Amino acid sequence: MDPQSLILATLGGALIGAASTGLLYAEGRIAGISGIVAELPQSEGSEWRRPFVLGLLLGGGLLMLFMPEAFANTTGRSLPMLLAAGLLVGVGTRLSNGCTSGHGVCGLSRLSPRSGIAVATFMVTGFFTASLLGSLGAA
Amino acid sequence: MSRFLLNTALGLVFAIGLGISGMTSPDKVVAFLDPFSGWDASLGFVMLGAIAVHFFGQRWVRQRGMSLFGGLPRLPDRSDFDLRLVGGSALFGVGWGLGGFCPGPGVVASTTLAAEALVFTGGMLLGMWAVSLFEAQTAGALDGRVPPAEDSLPTA
Repeated sequence: MDPQSLILATLGGALIGAASTGLLYAEGRIAGISGIVAELPQSEGSEWRRPFVLGLLLGGGLLMLFMPEAFANTTGRSLPMLLAAGLLVGVGTRLSNGCTSGHGVCGLSRLSPRSGIAVATFMVTGFFTASLLGSLGAA
Repeated sequence: MSRFLLNTALGLVFAIGLGISGMTSPDKVVAFLDPFSGWDASLGFVMLGAIAVHFFGQRWVRQRGMSLFGGLPRLPDRSDFDLRLVGGSALFGVGWGLGGFCPGPGVVASTTLAAEALVFTGGMLLGMWAVSLFEAQTAGALDGRVPPAEDSLPTA
């Protein structure tokens, strides 16, 4: 954990907070990515959801061009593990109505008690899972 | 600026924020979530930076009343706790620790066409679809209310 990664983490977080504020300002909607992705097929709200997701993908393209290390992944997690991870994240975020952005950034900023419970819960199970895998050396 | 361009720009800024902060790197996420193998706590600062901005940003926007294009802000107003919230969050955390991706970074990293990101995001979409299918069939019987759209109700 070097000073540079702390600065980039804080700065990146500030951009996430600014984009979330911008979406609330423009559309009156929460920048919760799990909800936005899940509701992408709906026609209601498509006039903002579709361009927002397009922007996410364009941002990914820019990062790939100018900062490919942003995607560093040498965890060695197998593809079946990633499939299981995706299923858990998809089901879990729909049941709890939010993820790191909706409950984490937006909910905590509004001091929502539901989001507080959600964040505390996913942090604990996230720490537990990653630590368990780390201790097993099962990367 | 047109509505389309503005929302595209917002998504782009969001993605750049995820990328430079380290959230799109499973290496970083796993190093953050596993304190026993040389803890990298930097991702904690992502939340600090984001909340520092959005805490004031959302207050400012809510004081304005109307949004630019979407009418009154639609903010969740529930304050009850239930098994759905805790159980769903628990499952999400397990998936996050297992794969090193949460939803936003999964989508953003899919643009690299790396198999890990694509498989994760495909699984996530499948999981989301399964829940909506189940809910359409049980019509909210799970906890006696119609989820999840009702989590967002208009507030002034």
